[in-house]
Amino acid sequence: MSSDTDATPRGGSTAYGADDFAAEESWSTAVRLDDGHHVVGDGALPAHFENPGLPPHVERMADKSEKAAKRAERQVAGLFTLSILGTILFLVAYFAFDTAHRSWVPGLGNVSTTNLLFGIGLGLALLGIGLGAVHWAKTLMPDAEVVEERHPMRSSDAAREEFVGIMRDGGEKAQLFRRPLIKATLGGALGLFSLPLLVQLVGSLGPLPKNHLSLTMWNGEPDGHGGYTPYDKRPRLVTDPEAMPIKAEHVTIGSVYHVLPEGLLANEELGVEGLEHGQLEEKGKAVVLLMRLDPKDFKPTERGQKALSWGYQGIVAYSKICTHVGCPVGLYERTTHHLLCPCHQSTFDVTDGCRVIFGPAKRPLPQLKIDVDDEGYLIAAEPFHEAVGPSFWERG
Amino acid sequence: MSTNAYNRPAEALRSGDKPVTAPPSAGAKKLGGVAGWVDDRLGPAKGVNYLMKKVFPDHWSFMLGEIAMYSMIVCLLTGVFLTFWFIPSAGHTTYDGSYVPLQGVGMSEAYASSLKISFDIKGGLLIRQMHHWAALMFIVALSAHMLRVFFTGAFRKPRELNWVIGCILSMLALVEGFAGYSLPDDLLSGTGLRAAQGFMQSAPVIGSYLAYMVFDGPFPGEAIIPRLYAVHVLLLPAILVGLFTAHIVMVAVQKHTQYPGPGRTNSNVVGFPVMPVYAAKAGGFFFIVFGFIAVLSALVQINAIWVYGPYDTSAVTAGAQPDWYMGFADGALRLLPGWLEFEAFGYTLSLNVAIGALMLIPIMYGIMAAYPFIEAWVTGDKREHHLLDRPRNQPTRTALGVAALTFYGVLMFAAANDIMAIKLHMSINDITYFFRTAVFVLPVIAFWATRRVCLSLQRADRNKVLHGRETGRIVRTADGQFFEAHEPLDPYTRWKLAGFEGQQPLELTSGVDAHGVAAPSNGKWRTRLSRFYFQDVVQPVTPAELEAAHHDGHATEHLEAGETTKALH
Repeated sequence: MSSDTDATPRGGSTAYGADDFAAEESWSTAVRLDDGHHVVGDGALPAHFENPGLPPHVERMADKSEKAAKRAERQVAGLFTLSILGTILFLVAYFAFDTAHRSWVPGLGNVSTTNLLFGIGLGLALLGIGLGAVHWAKTLMPDAEVVEERHPMRSSDAAREEFVGIMRDGGEKAQLFRRPLIKATLGGALGLFSLPLLVQLVGSLGPLPKNHLSLTMWNGEPDGHGGYTPYDKRPRLVTDPEAMPIKAEHVTIGSVYHVLPEGLLANEELGVEGLEHGQLEEKGKAVVLLMRLDPKDFKPTERGQKALSWGYQGIVAYSKICTHVGCPVGLYERTTHHLLCPCHQSTFDVTDGCRVIFGPAKRPLPQLKIDVDDEGYLIAAEPFHEAVGPSFWERG
Repeated sequence: MSTNAYNRPAEALRSGDKPVTAPPSAGAKKLGGVAGWVDDRLGPAKGVNYLMKKVFPDHWSFMLGEIAMYSMIVCLLTGVFLTFWFIPSAGHTTYDGSYVPLQGVGMSEAYASSLKISFDIKGGLLIRQMHHWAALMFIVALSAHMLRVFFTGAFRKPRELNWVIGCILSMLALVEGFAGYSLPDDLLSGTGLRAAQGFMQSAPVIGSYLAYMVFDGPFPGEAIIPRLYAVHVLLLPAILVGLFTAHIVMVAVQKHTQYPGPGRTNSNVVGFPVMPVYAAKAGGFFFIVFGFIAVLSALVQINAIWVYGPYDTSAVTAGAQPDWYMGFADGALRLLPGWLEFEAFGYTLSLNVAIGALMLIPIMYGIMAAYPFIEAWVTGDKREHHLLDRPRNQPTRTALGVAALTFYGVLMFAAANDIMAIKLHMSINDITYFFRTAVFVLPVIAFWATRRVCLSLQRADRNKVLHGRETGRIVRTADGQFFEAHEPLDPYTRWKLAGFEGQQPLELTSGVDAHGVAAPSNGKWRTRLSRFYFQDVVQPVTPAELEAAHHDGHATEHLEAGETTKALH
């Protein structure tokens, strides 16, 4: 165990100090071979192998032959030249081709010429430099490894004590320990000073939600502050984006409509102005999927029959916003009457009140109770009875 | 003129001057000129000399961190370019750019300007694609770098703090990436933001308040794009660059770790000095990474935002998925069952969302950041470690790492359950049920299998040291016996396989030392955990064992009697 210092050439020594192996004696005296051979050492052999030091340096081709070195030099220079050519390619392409120019490239298809040539030109300009430098380092620069000694990270005991002394001395000179009043008030002030900033930020970032998450444009006309003024007349269901009202008789079995409340979108034909502000926000809450099923398809369960009764002759309307995290439930399987959310695959059964039959959502999609007005157009008989979209603490 | 040196009193001061014998070369003069000017004012020569001579060990796996660093620099550079054209505004506009299918369509200014970058700014598409590819590569590389650090034990004392900084960097990189791909305001990125709003709403008690604060009212509002922009280009980059600088400075101060091997010890660094080798290799590698990203962006399209169309709160695309690094969180959301949502007293607690969306990432990174401290406590090892472990020589740590990786992998693949169902023509329900089971079962299997593999590899190493290399040469002895000749290992190879430190579980101590004085006890839990770590551990071959093996009847049977045999019984 003598090789902790310079017993080996070029600074090699054992991997661990002698202290590190103190715990090892218990097993070094009773060694074991895995095939059952049992050997008990008696101290004639060292407890473990010694670090043999760095292996001898093997010279490279370029170290031994000037010809090989010359070849390496030419390769490096060639790569640097490639870089220059790449730069030229980029510059020529920049002025030669229009942004709209497209080219057909085997394997890539019809691609933007400028994107392709700029990328390849820039890529070559950079790769040439990089590969050249690395090749230079590997072939011509010295490859004999160098040994640097480490030193323990910790400072000396003296330095640590001095630090404690300086801090204590400073505290004493400032009379910190003798004047507790200063200490206490400073502590308090430092603890509190960030409050104004925090209050400003938290208080001013956004309005309070009030009950706005529970209401939609089916409740009433948006008042511009998140609230809704109740309608005099129940709103019609209109298509998106044409904003045309829907006659019940036009909804055939198996068809699906993406539906909004009347007044959200503009319809010049009907003289509807549409919302000037907040279209996306209202859409995100009020959007409804309307589909017609054969009334016999509804499940005989309580939920299924209630769904049928909230609809009109098998036409039912459900919120399109998923009760999981709020993605629009975009996929309707006509044969199974399942609605599937493409984000996390929550699956809802339309014949059973949009009960969740699979996936991470818990609650059914809220149903919009519909009816027809005297002209035969579909209207929302009542607003949603619960908050649409993802759950939140006080949704009830 | 005159050669009289003593004409003026001041000349006397120079009487001792020696004539300049050899003028410095032109090159040295130039360097001395500029460098000298700076050194006169700031005196950096001493420190820079030290840095230029600093030795860095060489290994391919040390380049993973470099790739991360260089991709981040490419992100910063291309990101600055993008700010010149991107308009971070949700303000409404009608598209009139050169992409025909969207002409006349109403959209946000953010989306319109992203389209402009892609179609009307010359080279804009390349910069945008490079930004996105570099971001993906940044997170791939930093994840691989973290795995390297974990499996080789580079996080051990004195580098625990740098590991913690690395964990924070990695977590912030995820947030930075999410903020970035949410900015173009296309249909896909808007869907991501919609889900993020749902996540916020799921926070117990404060959910709706939090969501209204972040979005300045109902979703989507017009505030989120400019706010995300400030976070993406200012707040997070500042923190990332600051922490990254601290990360690098700490690497320099503590000197890089190195793999064990002949000549490498816990108290030295063997490698190449910065000037010239490391500077050329690392500097060159920056250009290689940069160039690779450029070529990738030229050839492989990424995030074709024009295909998705503008964001509409009522529309969605099928197969909606986040970028890969958010996949595990999305997968968790797909696996968490709905019954984790509870309603009581008129309040809703939506754990089916909150666990995956709000708790998973902080818990995962919390455990990761705490791991060095947990392991140090279990092993009772308070020494500095500068030599890395070969993963097989730490079977339990390696197995824990693979188990964690398996857990992560199951969640990540679960985020593609819909794609798998379509491509493999399988039931999405079956796939999801499989993943729900796998997320609990596979990590346990992975742990067990990895530990067995590590122990087997260690035993194979032992075998090789004890019996040498199989040469494939069959020897027939005089009495007709056949055997394969084994070649003893050279001391350098042997050191690679047997030069590690054996470990023992901590013993349960009584709480008093040999003199009956109270001493801290290891405690029951600590000894149990320590046994869990080390009970099956394989010890390195000792010279006595090697000597014994030589008498084991193999190729080295011809060992002369009288050689060191007294160690044998």
